[in-house]
Amino acid sequence: MSAAAVHSLWTTAATAAPIAKIDAPKIEYGQLSPSLIVVGAALVGVLIEAFVPRRSRYYAQMLLSAVALAAAFAAVVALAADGYGTTKAHIAAMGAIAVDGPSLFLQGTILLVGLIALFTFGERRLDPEAHGNRVDSFAAQAAAVPGSESEQAAVKAGFTTTEVFPLLLFAVAGMLIFPSANDLLTLFVALEVFSLPLYLLCALARRKRLMSQEAAVKYFLLGAFASAFTLFGIALLYGYAGSVSYATISQVVDGTVTSVDPALADTMGNDALLLIGTAMLVMGLLFKVGAVPFHMWTPDVYQGAPTPVTGFMAAATKVAAFGALLRLLYVVLPGLRWDWRPVMWGVAIITMLGGAIVAITQTDIKRLLAYSSIAHAGFILAGVIATSKDGVSSVLFYLAAYSFVTLGAFAVVTLVRDAGGEATHLSKWAGLGRRSPLVAAVFAVFLLAFAGIPLTSGFAGKFAVFKAAAEGGAVPLVVIGVISSAIAAFFYIRVIVLMFFSEPRPEGPTVAVPSPLTTTAIAMGVVVTLVLGVAPQYFLNLASQAGVFVR
Amino acid sequence: MSFPLLTATAVLPAVGAVATAAVPAARRTAAKWLALLVSLATLALAIVVLVRFDPGGARYQLTESHAWISDFGVRYELGVDGIGVALVALTALLIPFIVLAGWHDADPLETGSRRWRPTQGFFALILAVEAMVIISFEATDVFLFYIFFEAMLIPMYFLIGGFGDRAHQQGEEAASTQRSYAAVKFLLYNLVGGLIMLAAVIGLYVVAGSFSLQDIVAARANGSLHMATSTERWLFLGFFFAFAVKAPLWPLHTWLPNAMGESTAPVAVLITAVVDKVGTFAMLRYCLQLFPEASKWATPVILVLALVSIVYGALLAVGQRDIKRLVAYASISHFGFIIMGIFAMTSQGQSGATLYMVNHGISTAALMLVAGFLISRRGSRLISDYGGVQKVAPVLAGTFLIGGLATLSLPGLAPFVSEFLVLVGTFTSHPVIGIIATFGIVLAALYTLVLYQRTMTGPVKPEVSAMPDLRVREVAVVAPLIVLLIFLGVYPKPIADIVNPAVKQTLSDVHKSDPKPDVEAVK
Repeated sequence: MSAAAVHSLWTTAATAAPIAKIDAPKIEYGQLSPSLIVVGAALVGVLIEAFVPRRSRYYAQMLLSAVALAAAFAAVVALAADGYGTTKAHIAAMGAIAVDGPSLFLQGTILLVGLIALFTFGERRLDPEAHGNRVDSFAAQAAAVPGSESEQAAVKAGFTTTEVFPLLLFAVAGMLIFPSANDLLTLFVALEVFSLPLYLLCALARRKRLMSQEAAVKYFLLGAFASAFTLFGIALLYGYAGSVSYATISQVVDGTVTSVDPALADTMGNDALLLIGTAMLVMGLLFKVGAVPFHMWTPDVYQGAPTPVTGFMAAATKVAAFGALLRLLYVVLPGLRWDWRPVMWGVAIITMLGGAIVAITQTDIKRLLAYSSIAHAGFILAGVIATSKDGVSSVLFYLAAYSFVTLGAFAVVTLVRDAGGEATHLSKWAGLGRRSPLVAAVFAVFLLAFAGIPLTSGFAGKFAVFKAAAEGGAVPLVVIGVISSAIAAFFYIRVIVLMFFSEPRPEGPTVAVPSPLTTTAIAMGVVVTLVLGVAPQYFLNLASQAGVFVR
Repeated sequence: MSFPLLTATAVLPAVGAVATAAVPAARRTAAKWLALLVSLATLALAIVVLVRFDPGGARYQLTESHAWISDFGVRYELGVDGIGVALVALTALLIPFIVLAGWHDADPLETGSRRWRPTQGFFALILAVEAMVIISFEATDVFLFYIFFEAMLIPMYFLIGGFGDRAHQQGEEAASTQRSYAAVKFLLYNLVGGLIMLAAVIGLYVVAGSFSLQDIVAARANGSLHMATSTERWLFLGFFFAFAVKAPLWPLHTWLPNAMGESTAPVAVLITAVVDKVGTFAMLRYCLQLFPEASKWATPVILVLALVSIVYGALLAVGQRDIKRLVAYASISHFGFIIMGIFAMTSQGQSGATLYMVNHGISTAALMLVAGFLISRRGSRLISDYGGVQKVAPVLAGTFLIGGLATLSLPGLAPFVSEFLVLVGTFTSHPVIGIIATFGIVLAALYTLVLYQRTMTGPVKPEVSAMPDLRVREVAVVAPLIVLLIFLGVYPKPIADIVNPAVKQTLSDVHKSDPKPDVEAVK
């Protein structure tokens, strides 16, 4: 037999022509530039860690990160100015990324938050100098066991963990993609890209290292569970719709697409898969925003993590995760809103009330802010539930307003210190207003904004989401929101009372004088808080223009 | 564009507040003079407003309207009617006296004390409150009003909690605790009221699609805006609750005695004579105009609550041992009269209530500020610590007596006119309530005269024997107030002329769908 005849025994010629070439995926580099710049800078940051001498690393990393974040922000502004937020909104990168108003608005917010957080990360004047070296809030050497000789050696040598800067950039990159992901796999990859650096960052506190590591382990374990839920939900949704693309899933939910993928004929269109899958996916996202009953990690992690990281996490994670949640509920699952709205009602109610009530009993300022962030997640959920264009824009506005207040508030927390580092126990804040009126006044501004007092950004945001919710028919939610605001006001006021009307303790903490970096961060927080409170119109407009998703 | 006169009346004290706060720490006296000058300049502007206001003209005058937050449907809209202009004038009138009376209230204590008393802050906060109160009297946009209604709590809170009486019978530590308790209680009560109102404000917008008071009232009048009965009632309750806390109405009054008792006398005057007026003013302007049907629906309950306030406040005033708390309970009784006059739904009642707001402001200021001078001399708020003061300090005792007589509405002094009008107005519509309320006057005579008798007459107590009489500054505070009390008592026409047209219009809004002839018939 000839060779060809033998070959034909076990092969058969394909009817189609062999693949001559694989079409190169079409990537709109320009439109993806914000994320690409940040990822690129993060990679360069890793190289800096490898090749730049230790003493220059801090400066190189700071410069690189600041330039990258600013450039990415400029790219977002350029895209928005070019109309990608409104008329030219479309889906880029082969259907993986949506470039539209909410994406650009949230990316802009995250980048600014990242930039300000970078300033607090780079602060090196607050901690007293260790062996003649200026140090920041991060462990000298993360791998050294706390209290060990190698740790002491690292401290003595003046090491600092400059890896935090690339980690920050990676986290920012993931957060940029998370709210703009347009298919479930991109969503999941983005989730992991921003979560993993955060787990690491949480473990890197210079002081109270064991607590910091404990927080990181808790965050990691619970976060891993949440990720697993998310992934499971994604798998079930794929089984339901035969696709991970947002557009396709929403069409299958609406019933406009019925073509059955033969491989999935048994499961496709099965409502059980849809409902369970949605529930698991939403659960994963609610974990990230810290909504009750998925909030258990928040206080421990907020307390244990280095305070600059806490500020960054509290602000940026919330922005990214609410962005993703909005897109999921508004783009993928609007056809299912009669199913998810009642559930989200319940979640919003227990989140608002739970966060506000438990916060009353807190005695640690970071834990207090953690529970307050839970209550705020509830307020934002009220806007999400509105299921209207106003709902989107009010949530966008709230997120922007809230994140700057949060960053500013945690930056102030880094200033109040005693011998053991930051003095976070509330009793130590007694009489701060007498000793350092300016710092206390600034913190009071942030607390009033959290409490939603008029003429601060907190009021404008709260008004926007409550108005959207009321117009969406969720009046009881607004009433409960108002009641929890009143409860929440109690503990914000309590801190103000403590600062201004209590006698200072003789052994109380001192307020460290920060470098211009932290000063800038705090000043930005104050300015944004007041501007968004007194003249919010421009930003409301922006949010309202950005309030349309592309599908 | 004409000069924005109303904006100027609010911006001037606001700028003054910032400027006062910015005065360097060492230049304490300069800050005081600056605050006084700003408050006098504001008074001058308010007088210009008063002169430019034409009682027979359009309902809202000197109006200003600018886009503000178009996404929320909020406009920056100002305008005054007769009621608003009277209260703006009252506010601008009282602040210079409050500043002058509190001249030394925020001086640092003797060295060695850890008490923290930033003088600049005290006067800056007073001016900030003035700015916010004035703008809330002038706003004709519900949202704009709400913002300042809420925001004024913050400076008030720091005034109450941060500055107490110089001396305190229970020692500094206890005083500090009580003061911060009073401040927190004040803030929480009012904040809860305000937040409930916020829900109603949002609800109003959802129903009406606008925040403009004039637009909503007009739309309701011509029938283009229909509000379901239950919706209107809920919204009314949301608004009224906030105003009843602020006013304060029994049983939401309990923050007032704490707040007035623990703060210094000028701040107490600021609370009761100025800030609380926003509550009763807002009942007239917002509850009645926006929700006329619901207002009528709620009238019986509110009248009974007002009656309870009158009698209960007066009874508790009789039983007080603390001078400032006595004045606070007397004020609760007086606010009962004001609210009763508003909800009597007659033109005499509402004219009387508006006049009452002005007169109560002046008379309480006179009484409380003199009481403050008295307390600062002896270092005690307890009535039992005084006796025979009139022999030692006759001018002080005399002015105290006139303030007290004004409080009990002696004929010839300003409050008499308004109290009489309120009672007549109530009697014509609700005779039984009017009759019972008259007992409030008897009780007022009791608590005022007993207070005077115990503190000023009788044998001179050794602790007060060296008490100096009123100083020039203090006389400058009290004398103009007393002159005003007598003048307005004899000749109330100027204010009545300004107030009456606005009251008639408000009343016609309420009766739009239900023109009850008996109101006009009685007149």
